[in-house]
Formats: sequence, C-alpha cells, structure tokens
Amino acid sequence: MQPEGRGGTVVGVAVEVEGLTKSFGSQNIWSDVTLTLPPGEISVLLGPSGTGKSVFLKSLVGLLKPEKGSIVINDTDIVRTSEHRLYEVRKLFGVLFQDGALFGSMNLFDNIAFPLREHTKKSESEIRGIVLEKMDMVGLQGAEGKLPGEISGGMRKRAGLARALVLDPEIILFDEPDSGLDPVRVAYLNQLIVDLNAQIDATFLIVTHDIGTARTVPDNLGLLFRRNLVMFGPREQLLTSQEPVVRQFLNGRREGPIGMSEEKDVAQVEAEMAALEARGGDAHNGIGPKGASGGDAVPPQLTPTEGLPERKAERRRQERVARMLDDFDEQTQAAIRRSLPEDLLAHADAGAFASTRGTGGRHWAPEPDAVGVDGWARTTTLPRQGEDG
Amino acid sequence: MTAGKRGAPGLFDGKFSPTRPLAASGHLFAFALDVTKALPRRPFQLREFIQQTWFIASVTILPTALVSIPFGAVIALQLGSLSRQLGAQSFSGSAAVLAVVREASPIVTALLIAGAGGSAICADLGARKIRDEIDAMEVLGISPIQRLVVPRVLGAMLVAVLLNGLVSVVGVAGGYFFNVILQGGTPGAYLASFSALAQVEDFWSGEIKALIFGLIAAVVASYKGLRAGGGPKGVGDAVNQSVVITFLLLFAVNFVLTAIYFQLVPPKGQ
Repeated sequence: MQPEGRGGTVVGVAVEVEGLTKSFGSQNIWSDVTLTLPPGEISVLLGPSGTGKSVFLKSLVGLLKPEKGSIVINDTDIVRTSEHRLYEVRKLFGVLFQDGALFGSMNLFDNIAFPLREHTKKSESEIRGIVLEKMDMVGLQGAEGKLPGEISGGMRKRAGLARALVLDPEIILFDEPDSGLDPVRVAYLNQLIVDLNAQIDATFLIVTHDIGTARTVPDNLGLLFRRNLVMFGPREQLLTSQEPVVRQFLNGRREGPIGMSEEKDVAQVEAEMAALEARGGDAHNGIGPKGASGGDAVPPQLTPTEGLPERKAERRRQERVARMLDDFDEQTQAAIRRSLPEDLLAHADAGAFASTRGTGGRHWAPEPDAVGVDGWARTTTLPRQGEDG
Repeated sequence: MTAGKRGAPGLFDGKFSPTRPLAASGHLFAFALDVTKALPRRPFQLREFIQQTWFIASVTILPTALVSIPFGAVIALQLGSLSRQLGAQSFSGSAAVLAVVREASPIVTALLIAGAGGSAICADLGARKIRDEIDAMEVLGISPIQRLVVPRVLGAMLVAVLLNGLVSVVGVAGGYFFNVILQGGTPGAYLASFSALAQVEDFWSGEIKALIFGLIAAVVASYKGLRAGGGPKGVGDAVNQSVVITFLLLFAVNFVLTAIYFQLVPPKGQ
C-alpha cells in the first residue's frame, strides 16, 4: 500500500531511541533513555530546567554524540553513522532552536531561502514562491526584508519555524517554542503546530516547560528528571499518572520531589505531600504557573483548524493505544477509552489485539499481527521510508 | 554538595591532566585536516570567499602599512649605525632590505593577520556559535567547515601573501627615507647595494612564510571560534586564546621555516 499524506508521498518517520546515555566529562546528563517517537505523532518532552532536554534534542540530530545507546531513524543509527551519512539524514529534520538561530547577516527572506538555495536546484522564482508560502503559513507576510536583529523574539521564532519547514522535513524538533512568547502567541503557535501536523504528517517533538502546551497539544508525553526518563507514553498515561514527580511537574507546585536546585530529602517530601493532602490534594491546589492546572484531568486535545484535513496520526495513534490498553492502570485506561472511537473499543474489548504487556508503554513498534478490519488496521504497519521516498 | 562529590577544585580536579595539551593539539590538528579535506569539495563558496578576503584585507591593510613604516625605519636606523661602526656603510641598504624582506615583513604580516584578521574571524564565528547559528547550519545539512571556514582560510592566505608584498615595499621605502633623508646616507650607494646581499629567493621565502602564517592564523581562529561556548564571555575568551595561540605558533613555525630556508638556499656570495 502506498503511504498516504502530503500529496501521497511522505509520512513522518519513527525515531527509535534505545538505552541512550550522555555525559559531559564526569557529569552524567541522563542515562539509559529509551523511547520511540511514533511516526506522524506529536510528542512533548518535559523536565525541570537543567535536566538535559536540549542536550537530548541535539543528540537526536547528531550535534552531540552520546556515549551509549542508539538513535535509529530510517535504519540509520545517528550515534554511530559516518559524518557523510549524518548530513544526509539531517535533511529529514527541521529544528526550531530556542531563539530561532537565524543567520544574523541575512534578512528573513534569505534566511528562509537558505536551505533551498543550498540543497535544491530550484530557480529563484520557485524559491520565492516556496518562501513566501511558508512565511504566510507562520504569519510573517511583508517582513521578508527585515534583519533578525530588527524583529521581536516571537517573529524570530516564527521565522526559524518557516526556515525549518522549507525542506519539507519528516521530523520536526522544537526547542522551547513558548519561551519568551506571550500566552496568546503561545496559543497561536500551538494551533500552528497542530495544523502543521495535520498538513504534513511529520513526526513532532516539542521540548517545553509550558504545562498548558503539554496538556493540550501532544499525543505523547515524556518527563526527564534526575538523569532519567521518568516516563514516556500516551498523553493520558502521564496526565493521569500518580507518579509523584509527574504529578508535581504537571501541577506546577512546590510540594514534591523536585526542589529548587537539588533533589529534596525524603522526609521533607513526605511532610509536604501530607500537608498537600490535608489541603485537599491537587484538585484544590488551584492554578499553577505556566498553564499548570489542578488535578489530573485529561483536557481535550487541540484539533486542526476547520477546513484543514484531519490529522492522519490521530487514527494511527488510536489504534496504537488501543493495543496498549492493558498496560495501563484503571484511571489511564478510562481516559484512553474516552478518546477512542467505538469500532476500536469493540475491537480491543473483543481481545482481538495481542497484549503488548511487558514491552512497556514506552515502546512502540509496527505491530506484526495487525488485523485488517475494514482496511484501517493496515495503517499500523507503516512501510518504512525507503530510498524511493 | 556537588563540589564534595567531584573533589576539591584546583589542580587535581582532572582539568589539568598532563595529556590535556596533547589532546588540544590533536583536536586542532584534526580540525586542520578537516579543513584540508573540505578544500576541494564543491560547490566552492566563491561569494563568501570574496567577501571574506575583502573583509580581512579591509581590516588589515591600513594597520599593516602604518606598522611597517616605523618598522622599516627602526631596522634602517639600527643597521645604519651598526654598519657605520663596522665600517661597512656601503652595505647598509643591502642589510636593511634583507632584514625587511626575509624576516620583518612576514612577521609584521603575521601579527596583523592574527591580531586584526584572526580575531575578527574568531569573534564572528564565536558569536554565530553561541547564537546556535552554527548548529542550525549543521542541522540544515550544511558543513560549517566547507561553508564558512574554507573561504576564510583561503581568504586569509591570499591577503597574507598580498600584505607581505605591501610590507616589503613600504618597509624598504621607510628604510630608504630614514637612511637617506634623515641620516644623510648617499641615495645611489643605498640603492646600488640592494642586490648585493639580497636575492629573489629571499622574497619568495617571505611570501611562503606569509602564506603559511595566514593559514595558521585562520585555522586557529576558526577552530577557537567554532568551539566558543558559555555565552558572550566564551567568545571573548576564544578570541583571546586564538590570538595568543596563533602568536606562539607563528614564532615557532617562523624559526623552523627560517632554518629550512638556510639549508635550502645558499646565501649570496658564497
């Protein structure tokens, strides 16, 4: 079957990270990080400041070399591949750096046209068409002639996004897209991310501190803390999780294992948690900073703007989590069930899916036992992106 | 608390291991090899090369000319009085030319290429590095070495060779002015003795030295710039280190080149 999406040509690719460990000198940043970014889905990676989220992003694109583990994209291990191959694989990526990382000596138009001029043989008028289209997409019409130093941080960020998009990447990484933006612009940017995903079906990874974004945008959530990936899984898994670190982070409160600079000692954490319970728990804790809200409610996910195609990843993801249903505790299962369409629920309840218990919710792989009911299950075994893509 | 874990800071925290300078030299050398490897790679960045050459020339030409006038004068004054003491006045012009063309001019060129050109290259690349521009470029699948470093290295080498010619001319002219006009030497004798000791090989040796000095200055500056880290202070540190390292390397390499030159080219009149 021909993979669908983006004019019937490309589907986002999976990023399989296995046992990744990175240190700077004697300082370990994180170790044994294992996760898979499912193709075409949006994932968010959370973590307190200084837990190496940016380092993780840079490792994914091969800018930093982890000591152990592997990052497999299209059958290429980024950690061990040759420099030459690495440059090839990088063309699959679009990266939005924190401050946009625009080239200071070029105006916005040249910045966004830069990858096209370097990598394609397109004529100047074709390039102009593509660049203006992407600038329009991120709402930068009319700013082509401005230099990066002359515009606001939000505009730089959107220009950086436009530049990341011109080569039609299959994996897009965002390093704190919300930092330095006001809440309204963050809302627009989040909507833009979801719309983009619906349009190009690329794999997205967003590193952020913004809980509002983490609660509403992604399909999958992960949390880095104490040099480890605490949890990575479907959004419902983390949003309903009882794991103290996850709950503390998602509720943006001081009570819990995460301290201001270091970890806290156990007795203090217990005392704090007892006090919190006495006040009525998270649900009565009010609203925290950065969009953190009380409780463990699972708010509805953002949907693409009306008129855009449906996100193809949505159906794929529903099938994927339906298979994993048995892995989760009751609360998570209930939350996932609410998000599933009836046919999938019936299928899962009938036991038609082989349990994935034991493989862990963190892992994702195309299911070899995909059952072709009404043609939908076929999408679960996505063909790998080959040279013909 | 963390300090306790990692041991007391100071000499024994692992930062000052005896192999560290070796590793640093190794990295620099590896970087130079990477640059060499990227040299023939297409497409050649002609635009960047012209821009950088022009830029390096524009920051170095005036200071070089201004430095080489007094430099030539000092040599002329020293040699003028020395040759008078030795009773070899007729050779004072010749000796001044030798000193300027063989040694003074490549060294002056090198100092200015490193001090003015190299520091500008290092600061430019360092600023791009800390603003993530270099990372962004790599992620876009473009090698910063091929795209940014190679044109700068070639530009610095070209400008160094041209500057060396400029310094030679200005230095000799300065020497002539001070010796003949100020010290009352005879113009004819001064000019006639030019070719008594000096030969064309001296000029070529100066040009080759300048070429190599330009290469070293640009490679060290690019290396340090691309490894700048830790914010604006990191860029300042990188520029500082690049100038110091370049100077050290230049004088060492100059010694080696001079020794080789005397082995290869017999002095005139022997």
